[in-house]
Amino acid sequence: MTSDVTLSDLSQPATRAGASAHASPTRSAADLAALIACPRCDAVFRMVEPANNQRAICNRCHHVLVAPRLRAGKRIIAVQLAILILLVAASAYPFLSISTKGLKHSSSILDAALAFTSDGALAALSFVLAGLIVFIPAARAILSIYVLAPLTLDRGPFRGAAFAFRLSEHLRPWSMAEIFAIGCAVALIKVADLATVSFGPAFWMFSLLVLLVVVQENLACRYSIWKALGA
Amino acid sequence: MKSARQMGLVACQYCTRVWPGGTRVCGHCGHHIASRDPMSLQKVWGLWTVGMMCYIPANIYPMLDTHTLVSDQKNTIVGGALELGQHGSWGIAIVILVASVLIPVGKFIVIAALAFGVTSGSRLKPHTRQVLHEVVEYVGRWSMIDVFVVAILSSLVQLGTIASIQPGRAALFFALSVFFTMLSAQAFDSRLIWDAEVPPPEDLRASDDFGPVSQITPDTTFDFPFSAGAETLTVAGPDDRRADPPFTDPQTRKDSPT
Repeated sequence: MTSDVTLSDLSQPATRAGASAHASPTRSAADLAALIACPRCDAVFRMVEPANNQRAICNRCHHVLVAPRLRAGKRIIAVQLAILILLVAASAYPFLSISTKGLKHSSSILDAALAFTSDGALAALSFVLAGLIVFIPAARAILSIYVLAPLTLDRGPFRGAAFAFRLSEHLRPWSMAEIFAIGCAVALIKVADLATVSFGPAFWMFSLLVLLVVVQENLACRYSIWKALGA
Repeated sequence: MKSARQMGLVACQYCTRVWPGGTRVCGHCGHHIASRDPMSLQKVWGLWTVGMMCYIPANIYPMLDTHTLVSDQKNTIVGGALELGQHGSWGIAIVILVASVLIPVGKFIVIAALAFGVTSGSRLKPHTRQVLHEVVEYVGRWSMIDVFVVAILSSLVQLGTIASIQPGRAALFFALSVFFTMLSAQAFDSRLIWDAEVPPPEDLRASDDFGPVSQITPDTTFDFPFSAGAETLTVAGPDDRRADPPFTDPQTRKDSPT
């Protein structure tokens, strides 16, 4: 199937802010919309919509392109809400406490994140750590809910949903709550011979958070969300 | 199998849509797109070098400064792990050595090898290199574990004169090293791995970079074989077509998008 794109199609004014001139609903644009390119290796395929629990995999580099799940939107919102609640609760409670020779000290997640403030040069690191552990995961949860809530309710997306989803995708590698939870376990063993260590409630919340992050990553299918956001 | 570049198209790496060559902003998700970022390898090498420069002081300065009644100890990353091992907890020593030595050093080597592979060819199969890149991107964040351990220890162990732990300067350099190598791995465009397989035809290479669309004279006609040459996507897994789709189609929604 060959189609021509004349410049009159291409030079039409952009239909919405930020969109390129090619978004005009011409025959060629419809042709292009039927194609999908692998973000990893650039191979182009004619789109075939997979059903739920099916996966569309790039034939060249085996990257998973589309993996829709049944009622993924509602399930992601549920998981993200749980993550948000756990993050808020876990920030307030102590997650580890130590005691030795009558002295006792316990520490919450924000205490740990802000541990470096004592030294001037390291103070900046404190704020970055607080971001990585608490604020970025929380921001991702809020952004996901903002993007997905109207879609699961069969409404059009909220204003700025595309930007919110892109931001959330950009933040993905910088959301490190689950790494912090493993760090707790390592720290626990390191001080075990120095003092008696016990877990606080926040430790168990963070352990649960590790599982929820995995579940959420498994449910999210970028392609389906972009498609639902529409153009 | 044809790549978007061979077909004279530009792919969006965020939402997987394709657009005519020269498009700068994806019309679907609004992300900036380019067929290939010509600066990709420069960015990779620049960030790689900064990451490497931070990794050296991270190993020289002490990571932890432990005061107890009987001793006052400053431990570097490797020194601290070896000492843990001597105390009998080899399991934890290995976790720390893997997260703070093996993974960062392995990352430096793999990213450098990927970048060299693009410029001067590689004996490894493209698929192997692609897997290496995915592993580096996935594993990179886990190096932060050691910085978190230092943060936890120095906030937790504050028992006055009996025992207290202060963070060392190495924590800052180590965190910076992790950030820069993560950015370096992200700057690497994995599509470059596959380009060596099929270099683009000369005529299409020109169309890759024809500048903003508005600058082209109005009577030019493009003749891209848009869908020609695209393989049909194959899907695998159990057919669950009766169940609801994850989201309703934008066209059949109750009200129009805002």
